[in-house]
Amino acid sequence: MYWLKRYLNIWFAFLRNSLVRDMSFRNNFWLELIAASSWVVMNLGFYILVYQHTEEIGQGSGWHFPEFLCFLATTTLITSVVQAFFMPNAQEFSELIRTGGLDFVLLKPIDTQFLVSFRKVSWSSLGNFVFALGLLGYSVWKMTTAETDPLVLSPIICLLYPLFVLLGIVMMYSLMMILAATSIWLGRNQTLYDFWFYITNFSRYPKEIYSGAWGLPLQYLFLFVVPILLVVNVPARMLAAPFRHQENPGLWYVEWYLPIFMVGAAVVSLSLSRAIFQWALRSYRSSSS
Amino acid sequence: MSNTVVATTISHTIGHRFKVWWMIFKISLEERLAYRGDFALGTLMRFLPIVTQIFLWGAIFSAGMTEEGKLFGYSYTDMVAYYLLTMLARAFSSMPGLATGIAAEIRSGEIKKYLIQPVDLLGYLFLRRIAHKVAYYAIALLPFAFVFFLCRGYFSSFPDLLTFGAFLASLVMGFLIGYYLEACIGLVGFWFLEVGSLLFIYMLLSFFLSGHMFPLDILPTSVKTVIELLPLKYLAYYPPAIFLGKIQGWALVYGLLIEAVWLLFFVVLSRVMFHFGVKRYSGFGG
Repeated sequence: MYWLKRYLNIWFAFLRNSLVRDMSFRNNFWLELIAASSWVVMNLGFYILVYQHTEEIGQGSGWHFPEFLCFLATTTLITSVVQAFFMPNAQEFSELIRTGGLDFVLLKPIDTQFLVSFRKVSWSSLGNFVFALGLLGYSVWKMTTAETDPLVLSPIICLLYPLFVLLGIVMMYSLMMILAATSIWLGRNQTLYDFWFYITNFSRYPKEIYSGAWGLPLQYLFLFVVPILLVVNVPARMLAAPFRHQENPGLWYVEWYLPIFMVGAAVVSLSLSRAIFQWALRSYRSSSS
Repeated sequence: MSNTVVATTISHTIGHRFKVWWMIFKISLEERLAYRGDFALGTLMRFLPIVTQIFLWGAIFSAGMTEEGKLFGYSYTDMVAYYLLTMLARAFSSMPGLATGIAAEIRSGEIKKYLIQPVDLLGYLFLRRIAHKVAYYAIALLPFAFVFFLCRGYFSSFPDLLTFGAFLASLVMGFLIGYYLEACIGLVGFWFLEVGSLLFIYMLLSFFLSGHMFPLDILPTSVKTVIELLPLKYLAYYPPAIFLGKIQGWALVYGLLIEAVWLLFFVVLSRVMFHFGVKRYSGFGG
């Protein structure tokens, strides 16, 4: 367990350094915090407006307002962690490739992927994490105190929810590392970061909206081939509408197949991203001067 | 005799001017066309969020629409058409990198070259921007045509010629307002060295209040009345709203007139800001 302690120590040093840097430009830090959270607040405002006119998003999907707030909170939890811990590093990574600064990273006696993906932390993005926790609390309170068919939270669900949020973060991290690794081959990849944005855009909505002749293939594509639709949907649904087959409890596996699949998908995508990253590093040729 | 000399000198200078403008335009155009593959791919990908919007609104309409199949006065096909047309409006009014570019040139001192050379900063950047846009349309035409063809079912009817003319006018004015508005934000760099956060706030507001994210008609009437007073709506909401017949008759005429006044306001503001900014500016070193 010595290496784990060592890596944790280094990670804490990263956290501290980033906080020190953020705090030395304090005004900038507050501005970033306000900017990041106003984005989330405005997005929330949009859905509040939409729910003025509709009972649920998707007829029969079960995403009523409190349930959807839970979905939104889960999305925000996951994206805030990704933006705080991984986004700044992925952005810097392509810069390291372009300038040849990766040479210095490779020389360090530490795992390169660890160093590359955890070095910088954007503390200001964690404001949204706190906001999302509040939103989550509010939506759970709303759901459990609903007049008709209130939600009953089981301890198992309360344990599984954070676990699956974590799995979602792992999957997002894997996708980001795969995209970052491709910048070793392509040199610069501005389009690929746009690609990240456009791909993850599909994960931010309940999977039920993808229905119909065009929607279902899309849903299956993003559930099983590029499984980003699992990231938010599985934990959010787990908390908002506990997985149980309404008519026949004996058919529990019908509802549980997605969470079970997600565990596998997270493991596979993490290993895949690791493999691709190592493979890409082997073709790194540094940059002259 | 002296008259003819003056006349030839004037025609000479005007001809010369045009030659300079044409040259700037041509160079910028060629510069842009160098990365056309990346460009076309990027354009096509920009339609991906529309796919989720189509499904999201489909889900919202499935549960929320009225008897006539409407929500906020929009039918489902109108809503999808709105988002597609917003892409078109944004293709005119968005100015990536303009404000940051101006601010960076002020900060780094590169702006000195416009003060020394007989080239006007705002005019030069304007020509460059037109070249960017022309290059963009040349390459984006195919992806745009492809997507609009795929989605032709969402357009219930084509507007009459007069409305279409107003639509085109609003697109062009959207481009001009977008340019001068963002140039003003960049010119703030004369007073504050860092405009990044200001620009972020502008982008945030413009995303939500220009109609880029949703048609402004969703907003409660009281809020909408206030938002409608801002010039942001011309960047995204206005052209699609005209096309879909949401603004008609005298309201349309007044709307376009007010848009023209806003445009004039930003042209004058940018000139005034540049004038006083240069007076404030001091360049050191070389």
